[in-house]
Formats: sequence, C-alpha cells, structure tokens
Amino acid sequence: MAMQPVKFYQTGSFAVGNRLLPVRYRTVQSDAGRTNSLNSGHRACQGCGEALGARYALDAAMRAANGKMIAVNATGCLEVFSTPYPETSWRVPWLHSLFANAPSVATGVAAALRAKGRHDVRVVAQAGDGGTVDIGFACLSGMFERNDDVLFICYDNQGYMNTGVQRSSATPPAARTATTEAVGPEPGNPFGQGKDVARLATAHGIPYVATATVAELHDLEYKVHRAMEVHGARYLHVFVPCPLGWQAASSDTVRLARLAKETGLFPVYEAEHGEVTSVSRIRRPLPVEEYLRPQGRYRHLFAGEGRPDIVARLQAMADANIRRYGLLGPDEGAGDGPATLADDPAPAAGGGR
Amino acid sequence: MLRQLEGSRAVAEAVGLCRPEVVCAYPISPQTHIIEGIGALVKSGALEHCEFINVESEFAAMSVCIGASAAGARAYTATASQGLLYMMEAVYNASGLGLPVVMTLANRAIGAPINIWNDHSDAMAVRDAGWIQLFAETNQEAVDLHVQAFRLAEELSMPVMVCMDGFILTHAVEAVEMPTQAQVDAFVPPYEPRQVLDPADPVSIGAMVGPEAFEEVRYLAHVKQLQALERIPAVAAEFAAAFGRTSGGLVHGYRCEDAEVIVVALGSVLGTIKDAVDELRQRQVRVGVVGVGSFRPFPEAALRDALGDAATVVVVEKALAPGAGGILARDVTMAAAGGGAEVRTVIAGLGGRPITKASLAAVIEAAGRGELEALHFLDLDHTLVDRELARMGTQRRSGPAAENILRDVGVVSARVR
Amino acid sequence: MPVFQVRIHGRGGQGVVTAAEMLSVAAFRDGHYAQAFPSFGSERTGAPVVAFCRIDGGPIRTREPIVEPDGLIVQDATLLHQVDLFSGVGPEALILVNSSRSMEELGLSDLLQGPARRRVLTVPATELAREHTGRAVPNAALLGGFAALSAVVSIDAVILAIRDRFGGEVAEGNAAAARQAFAFVADEAAAVGAPEERRRPLLEGSHRAATA
Repeated sequence: MAMQPVKFYQTGSFAVGNRLLPVRYRTVQSDAGRTNSLNSGHRACQGCGEALGARYALDAAMRAANGKMIAVNATGCLEVFSTPYPETSWRVPWLHSLFANAPSVATGVAAALRAKGRHDVRVVAQAGDGGTVDIGFACLSGMFERNDDVLFICYDNQGYMNTGVQRSSATPPAARTATTEAVGPEPGNPFGQGKDVARLATAHGIPYVATATVAELHDLEYKVHRAMEVHGARYLHVFVPCPLGWQAASSDTVRLARLAKETGLFPVYEAEHGEVTSVSRIRRPLPVEEYLRPQGRYRHLFAGEGRPDIVARLQAMADANIRRYGLLGPDEGAGDGPATLADDPAPAAGGGR
Repeated sequence: MLRQLEGSRAVAEAVGLCRPEVVCAYPISPQTHIIEGIGALVKSGALEHCEFINVESEFAAMSVCIGASAAGARAYTATASQGLLYMMEAVYNASGLGLPVVMTLANRAIGAPINIWNDHSDAMAVRDAGWIQLFAETNQEAVDLHVQAFRLAEELSMPVMVCMDGFILTHAVEAVEMPTQAQVDAFVPPYEPRQVLDPADPVSIGAMVGPEAFEEVRYLAHVKQLQALERIPAVAAEFAAAFGRTSGGLVHGYRCEDAEVIVVALGSVLGTIKDAVDELRQRQVRVGVVGVGSFRPFPEAALRDALGDAATVVVVEKALAPGAGGILARDVTMAAAGGGAEVRTVIAGLGGRPITKASLAAVIEAAGRGELEALHFLDLDHTLVDRELARMGTQRRSGPAAENILRDVGVVSARVR
Repeated sequence: MPVFQVRIHGRGGQGVVTAAEMLSVAAFRDGHYAQAFPSFGSERTGAPVVAFCRIDGGPIRTREPIVEPDGLIVQDATLLHQVDLFSGVGPEALILVNSSRSMEELGLSDLLQGPARRRVLTVPATELAREHTGRAVPNAALLGGFAALSAVVSIDAVILAIRDRFGGEVAEGNAAAARQAFAFVADEAAAVGAPEERRRPLLEGSHRAATA
C-alpha cells in the first residue's frame, strides 16, 4: 500500500479565540485586555474585511509596542468609517493625512519622535490599495528608499471602494468595477501585468515585507509582531475582501480571503532585504473558479455561456504564482519551488519563530 | 554680529537658530542654497536634535512637516513656484489642521512657460490657503521674519510662510546682522502644541467634518487670521525691543506724510521704489511708498491709515490675474475704498523682468499727472506682442506662443532695458 | 556720495559669481556697504555668466540690475567679441581684462584713445593663478588687480575676503596671486600715467567702522 502523508490539525487551532493553545500561542484578539485600537461603533459595512484587518493589525502592533504607537491613516474607507464627525472609534493616537501621503506623514511623525528622543514610541501608517498602489506610490517608494522607521500596512480590497467601487491598479483582471464595467468583448478590468506592491517593496530591499489575509489571524498577528521586532521601513500587504465592492455575501469575507490564498491568486509570504524568506503553503489547492463564483464582480464570467477563456487566464495567473513562490509543497506535486519553512500554523503574536 | 553673506545662507542660519526639530526639503531653484545650508548645519552637528530628511517631492516635504508638527516637533521646509503647487493639497491640509509649520517661499514665477526667475505668482496662488504670508524687503528682514514666524506660528497654531524674492534676495550677498542663539532662544520658546499625537493621551486628528460643522470650523480659521492681525505688529514690536531694529509688522510707510501719490508694493522692489521716491522728491514730486509686510492676513485698516489723503495709489505688483488684472491691487482697492483715492495697477517684474528706477519714476509721474491707465504693464514690448497676435490671427497652426516670441526676441535670457 | 558699480563677465566654472561675492566682502571689510548678485540661471559650465557688485558708503536699497557699470572685469577674453561686454560702459569706467596679451592684440584699440587709455588695463590673471594655486581660476587674482586699478577696495580687504571664502593652501595661493596681480596692475597703471588721485575712491565718509 502506498504511503500517504497525513496532516493532523488540532481542532480550532486556527480559530481566533482558541484558548486551548498555550498562552504564548494565543492571539492578541483572544485577549480580553487587547487595545481594541479600532473600537466598535464605527460605520463600516457589515462584513468589511478592512475593519477586521485594521483591528487585527493594530491591536497586534500595540501589543508589540507596549501600547506606545501612533497611527497615520490615508483617506479611504477606513478613515471615513472610523471617524464620522463628531465621533472617532480610534483608541490610539491617530492622524488622518491626505490620500497620497500617509507614508510621508508617518515619516514626519517618526522623525519628530527621533528628534525628541522618544525611541519607545512606534509609528504605523495605513492605507487602502488606492492610497498605496496608485496615488500613494511615490511617497511610499520614498519612505522605503530612506528606510524610515515606519510600518506601512496596505489593506487591499482591490479598488476605490469608498468612492463607489472604481478601478485601481490593484484591481485584478476581469473584475467588474464602476470604471471597468462587465460589458463588451473584454468585460471587467483589462488584463495587464498588474502592480504587485509587495514584490515592489521587496525589490526596494527593505528590512521586512509580508503578505497576509484576514482568514489567518495567527499568521497576520505573527507578521505584525515580526515587523515590529525590527526597525526601518516595513511593509505589510493584507488581503481584505469587500462585500459591497465585490458583490459578495457579507458572511463570506473570511472564506473569500482563504480561497484567495488556497487558489494561489494571493500568495502569502515574507521577504527581508530583497529575498523571500518564507512562504505559507497552500493546504488544499483549489481551482480559481471556487473563489470567483461567490463574487458578483465576476458574475459575467459564468452567466449564460460564460467566459471560460477568461477563467482559464485567471487560472494561469494563479498557477504562475504557485510556481514563482513554491506555494505547493513537493508532496502536493506542484514541482520546484524555493526552499521554505514547513507549513505549520504560525505561532500567534507573542511567540517567536 | 554683522556679516556679509548670501541671503540663503543667512536664512539657513536663522532657521537653525530657531532650533527646528524636523527639516525636510526637496530642491528647487532658487531655494536650494537654503536647504543645503541647513543640511550642512545638521550633518556637521552644529544643529543638534534636528532630523534633516531628503524627501522625494515637495508634496512629501509638506507631508513630513505635517506629521512632524502633529507629533509635537518644530517643523520647517522651503520651496518655490512649481514645488509649491505640487504640495498644494498638503499646504491647505496644514492650515486646516492648525499646524504651526514654517516655510520659506523663495518667490518664483509659475509656468508654463517655465521660468526660474522671481515674481510673486507662487505666493498669490496660495493666498487663500489660510497661511500667514509675510514678505521680506531685504535679507535682514528675511532673517528676522523667520524668527518672528516660529513665534507667530506656534502662538496662533497656524502655519506661516516667509516670502523672499527668489535670486534677488536669496542669491544676493549683503550685510546682515545675525542674531545670537541666546537672543533667539529668548524670543522663541520651546514649542507647546495645542494638539499632539501622544500615546499617553490619544486623540484623533483630521476627521471628516460635514455640512453640520464645516462652516464653523472655517469661520474659526478666519478668526485666527484676524487674531494674527493683532499679533503680527505686537510680535514685531517685541522683536524691535529685543533685537534693536525694525522688521516685520503689517505695513511700513516711507515719506507718505504729505504724499499725493503713494506707491504700494511687496518685497524687495520696495528698495528700488524708495530710491525712485527720493529722486522724485528732489524734483518736488510729492510721492511716498507703503510696503506691505503681511499680505495675509491683509492689513486693510493699517493700509487705509497709511494711505492717508493721497489722491492716487499706484500698486506695483509682480503678479497677474489673467483677464482680471492685479491681485494685490484688488486688496488695496478695498482698503482704499471710501477714501477717494484712485488706484492704479502696474504689473511689473513678471518672470524676473528687471524693474528699474527710471521706469518706476516714469509711471509714478504719469500717475501723478492723471495719465496712467488703470491697468499698466511696465516696460511691455508691444511690438513683440502685436507680432504674435498677428501671427495667431492669420493662421491656425501658429505654433507655441512662447517659442515664437523668444525667436523674435533673439535671446534666451532676461533682458534689461 | 555716488555708488560704484562693477560688472564681472566670464564663463560658468570660472568663479565669476564668487568673484562678485568676494568683491562685496572685501568692500564690507573696508567698512563700506556692498551688494553682490549674479545674473541667474541654471548650472552650466562654459556658458557666459555675468555677476554684479555695488559698493556704496551708505545702505544700498535698490535691486536694479547694473546697466552702467563704473568698473568692468572680464575674466575670459574669449568673450570679447562674442558677448556685448561693453554695453553701458561709459568713458569714465575702469576696465580690467584677464589676458597675457596687450589691448591692441586683443583688438580693443578703439577703447584706448586718449584719457581712456589710463582706465583700461590687462593682467595675466590666469597665469598668475596657475602659478600660485595650480588651477586656472583667475577670479581672486583679478580682484587683486582690480583693487589696484580702482582703489575701491584695498588689497588687504581682498586678501581677507579670499581667506573668508577659501581655506588653507587654496586661500594662500589665491592670496599670493592677488597680491602679485595687484603689484602688476599698480605698475601698469603708473606706466600709463594714471595719477594716484584719480584712483582714490569716491567713498570717503563711509559711516561704518572698518571691520578687521
């Protein structure tokens, strides 16, 4: 009989509030004493991936920073729904910059702290994909080049959602947006070469780059903690589904984030000083269609006769990611990939590697 | 100590004496020597506890200032012209948030066509952004205004820009009395923010404000400008007492007491105008000049007083509102309203066109005789203009206007008449 | 007391702007007021450059360009027939040209008629500079020569200005070149009959104390 590898996972080990784990492996979110940096009462849509990502990331950062952290926020959904005048849901010092300059404003905050000898206070900047990939890119690149001591977090929901779901350079091919409607011979966003900011960040050679999703809290918190362990320019790219913009069920947010990873469309990895240092393997590879079908922004690919040609192109993109990053281990038969760490569940923030 | 040095170098040292904590800069002619000077002060260790950041654009420069100021640090930058436009969004943001950033604006023309020489179009482009705008007549005043600027900005929690004519002042070498560190420390105390990002006392800064409160927030910005009208002369008076010389203030009159014609202007051209005034006075022409030191807030009442009973006011300005005429002149007209004076606008010195004493004297005398038109362009070459208009009138594909004119002129540089 | 206005011509990279600045510092050291400024433009080696310096006994307010210079320094003789160097230069103006050739050889004979002959001199500043500093930058040497021609600044003040601007060997080399140029021009001026009185500057009564 052929030997088959079997993986055992403790029930609920990926669950957010799992208290069966040793204390050092528990998530920050499972701790009643967490900061709640983004407190309840904000006006995000039901199922908003960005609200989830921001709470997860900032609470982890606050834990790592011993509660001494300043946040700079670009214009966008997060800024708008978190500070509806006259209220704010932020429990950390928070500055709304402009759309394009969160990285620069954060650089300024970090410089002020340095000038005043406040080396104990950390700086986090956050923006959506628009404020990172498009209008914010020049400032981001400048911050990277100077290696300013800022952790920049991009919450990527793949479009300008706050203004009505327009296309950004993070919008994937074939997706419907208000400025790339699903009409004509090439419905949805055109196929281009994309703009992979995590890869661009890696190319800048900065100390730490990581991608993560809101489906894997332990992994996300670990990466925030890891980022906070170092100084200099750090970049975290978090995949956050948007039920409104993607026309998906608000209860599907975490599931879609998981599917993005498991299909290979969103590679999850870490990089340091220009080299990929770890890859989070796909546990159960799935065809892209599993990920696309629940989203209305891809509806046109399946309506009527559908567009299997487009789906095939998207599958090819996923396959290319799998090859490039070695997202399938050798036992999944995906072929060669870079040497990586074993795909254990990453320990929660507070633990080390 | 009295020293003979370049204006930019003097300003760099003056800013250094004010103990900035974060200086960020993107180079643009004619501000480069200022930021190079400060950069050298920081790198050599002469200026301590200051972070000097080379940013990748002017927009980033003002953004860094905003972040630094919000975190409680004294922040400074410098720019001109195109760079000011590139940071426009952040310029409005800084004043909207009430952050006491100080910026040197090395006045330079705005293109197209691209022009690196002096005029006031850049300052005029941001006149409604809510910043205090002070204009220096000499490099001495430029130095002194920076010291006053940090004081004013932090007292009022609003940003201040010190305008100094690009090249004409920045690159001129002349005698300047440099203050001492002790004098500046006594005049500019450490920055005590009204609002600050502090982990020990978290606040949210920069929230959206909707129709229910926006007007009130903007009204408060207006009130701040009116408060500045009080504070600017007060700080200038304190400066005079502490440093022993007159610098800054709202307006300055020269030989206006019995003047029939009063010239009004901003910046370094006042020096040339004063020479013209002296010469005309020798010929018994009753003329005086008022220099406007604070353009924003606009000192309407102080200017009205200074204009007195003059029958004619000639505004000489280095900016133009195409299709409308003067910009400073419009504010001056409002100040002069009800006083019976005729206001004449003279557009001069655009793009670095030299303003000569002779040309000034001619327009002043013409104004005195009632022969100056309401809107006059000093030393305009009508032949050139008419030729281009004729070209445009006869053919559709007349070509780029600026290049056509340059070919007619025959030289690619400033002209002196 | 009338102001003394100097215009300096040269090419980018020859230290023309520095020359005007040093001249203004020298005047300052002598206790006068001075204003120096270049004609401005983008950085470009080899292109014609003009810089200006006004010297006066009282504060200088005007910002006009200098249209009718009282003194002219030409750092690069190759400009002589390319650029209108003598625009606005009146019969009383003092002209110093950097050249090892004579005014006749430079084709400037028409400048040398009558009394003007005493006001137009040459000095081999580049050679002097090369000899004393190893570099062919003639600006400091020319100022030494101009001090002799015009007496609007003293050679001692010129030396101080050079030492303000440069350090160490560079300063001393330039200072030596300036002194030699001063002596050269003084001899030349005497030879063409320029009386001492003519060369006394019209700046008596400057009310600022000379600074050492």
